[in-house]
Amino acid sequence: MTTATERKGLQATKQMRGVMGKYFAELAAGPEQGKKTAWCTSVGPAELLRSMGFNVYFPENHGAMLGATRMATDLIPEANARGFSPDICSYLTSDIGSYLKGETPLQKMGMEGPPKADVLIFNTNQCRDVKDWFQFYAREWDVPCLGVHTPRSIGDVDGPIVDDLALQTEALVEPLEELGGCKFDIDKLREVIILSRECTDLWKAILDTAASVPAPITFFDDTIQMGPAVVLRGTQDAVDYYKILLAELEQRAADGIGAIEDEKFRIYWEGMPVWGKLRDLSTQFMELKTAVVASTYCNSWIYEDLDPAEPFKGMARAYCRLFICRSEDRKEKYMEEMAAKYKVDGILYHDAKTCPNNSNNRYQMPQRLEAKLGLPHLVINGDLNDMRLYSEEQTRTNIEAFVEQLAER
Amino acid sequence: MQYFCGIDIGASTAKLVIVDENGDVAARSMQRSGVDYTGVARENLDEALAAADLAEDDVSYSVSTGYGRDNVPWSDESMTEIACHGKGAWFNFRRQITVIDIGAQDSKVIHLDDKGRRTSFKMNRKCAAGTGSFLEEIALRLALPASELNGLAEQSTKDVTLGSFCTVFTATEILAKIRAGEKVEDIAKGAFRSIVKRVSEMDTIDGELVMTGGVVAHNPLLVSLVGEFYGRTALVPPDPQYTGAFGAALFAMEKGAKTC
Repeated sequence: MTTATERKGLQATKQMRGVMGKYFAELAAGPEQGKKTAWCTSVGPAELLRSMGFNVYFPENHGAMLGATRMATDLIPEANARGFSPDICSYLTSDIGSYLKGETPLQKMGMEGPPKADVLIFNTNQCRDVKDWFQFYAREWDVPCLGVHTPRSIGDVDGPIVDDLALQTEALVEPLEELGGCKFDIDKLREVIILSRECTDLWKAILDTAASVPAPITFFDDTIQMGPAVVLRGTQDAVDYYKILLAELEQRAADGIGAIEDEKFRIYWEGMPVWGKLRDLSTQFMELKTAVVASTYCNSWIYEDLDPAEPFKGMARAYCRLFICRSEDRKEKYMEEMAAKYKVDGILYHDAKTCPNNSNNRYQMPQRLEAKLGLPHLVINGDLNDMRLYSEEQTRTNIEAFVEQLAER
Repeated sequence: MQYFCGIDIGASTAKLVIVDENGDVAARSMQRSGVDYTGVARENLDEALAAADLAEDDVSYSVSTGYGRDNVPWSDESMTEIACHGKGAWFNFRRQITVIDIGAQDSKVIHLDDKGRRTSFKMNRKCAAGTGSFLEEIALRLALPASELNGLAEQSTKDVTLGSFCTVFTATEILAKIRAGEKVEDIAKGAFRSIVKRVSEMDTIDGELVMTGGVVAHNPLLVSLVGEFYGRTALVPPDPQYTGAFGAALFAMEKGAKTC
């Protein structure tokens, strides 16, 4: 029997573990099979790299693993001691700490560690830290670090911005060919983009199921289920898996089965996950009968602009329409639409100390949206990976008090 | 007559209030929270019951609050200190208020509308600045018991500014002030002004201003400095250190009455 504190597992998850396991096994086997490895930022031009025959590795995924396994807090000081400030991205400091100390959760999967890069490809659409992060490894291994410089605070995704980003992406082709990927083939790129678009559409449909009342899936499940959308977009495996997951969620929604037993309140999560506290937070919300139904974070891997007819421009549009690099007014409008779509009772903002670019409470957005939508908000102070910056008691009390407040309305 | 109990186990002290069915206080007690919350909750209850000449069965419903709220096996329910401080404060004034509660480990700003419904709240961030712990650190730095800070600060004749966000850096600032020959009473008042600044940075004030909490109970100068800062009188309910426990008892009264 399911009690209020038992999570309702998704049957599909077992298959996801198989899909992700296969991905990591292929990464590990890459060098033996003569395949080159490209590191790519999570919202970088993965489609191009895949189409050119690279195995693609995403260190942000490793950063999240370091956070979720709570290894990060022991590893970050290694990087701090070598000059990487405790105030910069804790994915970066966790990952570099992991490299320096030679400890990684990948060892439990039979890998020695992350695959060594033959080339590192970044996109600064998320922040400058991704480039700094990749440049560390470029220096360590004496390999090239190339990328796309996306402007920040973008208002309209207009022609000149898209043209520039498309040109920057296209300019990667020649060096990537020289670095040992296959010869560039536009038709191959179109094929990968079709699969990537299919993956993204399915991922969107999965997240959209949480608009049902009760929500069949929550943010905490999403953070786990997003793995294939991040690391396997552009592959058939991701598409096949998400079809299975979507079917299960649509069935749940049709049967009126919620992820939270007796759902009473619905909350939107803005900002990064607190990876080291996912389970605790998920349990607390479950006990409070509150479903965290949607998040900006998990919606950041939806790229409806991907277009096989215009491969480079489509990627350019998709990767700069991203919430994180948009202007405050565009972010506000997006949040407004999401709050209505998911029928939320309140908005929680996670102010992540080391991730200013993904902490959207800092320029009065909570106050503006509360005045406009009449939805109360809560800000919790913490971090994505560095649990030295997280106060268990403060957060627990804040969340509990927020739900009490929702109940009073 | 039915009785209802509220217990607030804070970081420093555990407070308990028993009210009767009219909401009048029948008994209260206070202990150091220590490290055994369950034990101290029991001691508190026994002391209050004895003072009011009541048996445990006379208490119809209990609500616990504060950091130790989940360590009170005999309470019927737990609620946050934010809810309880708001409730306890509003009961005394019954109009739109903003409550500033300053406790040992945290400070809170709680907004309540004219019906007593909470509209928003803020807690201090992770830092001790703006809390009772800050005053304890400053007292230590000045080689004084914390209980003497208020009396000393009231004798201050000169403004000394302590500007840092950080308690540890403020302690360093104090060393510099001592070296510069500033008087202890002026530094002490500077510490109180620092709390006012830290709290005022947290949120804005709507309606009347009410202050609660142990730090408020023991430091009337802080209340007048807050009032001075906002240009209005800071109201203080009776026994402000007990406001959270009193609010919990009022919740117990509402919830217990419903179950009878």
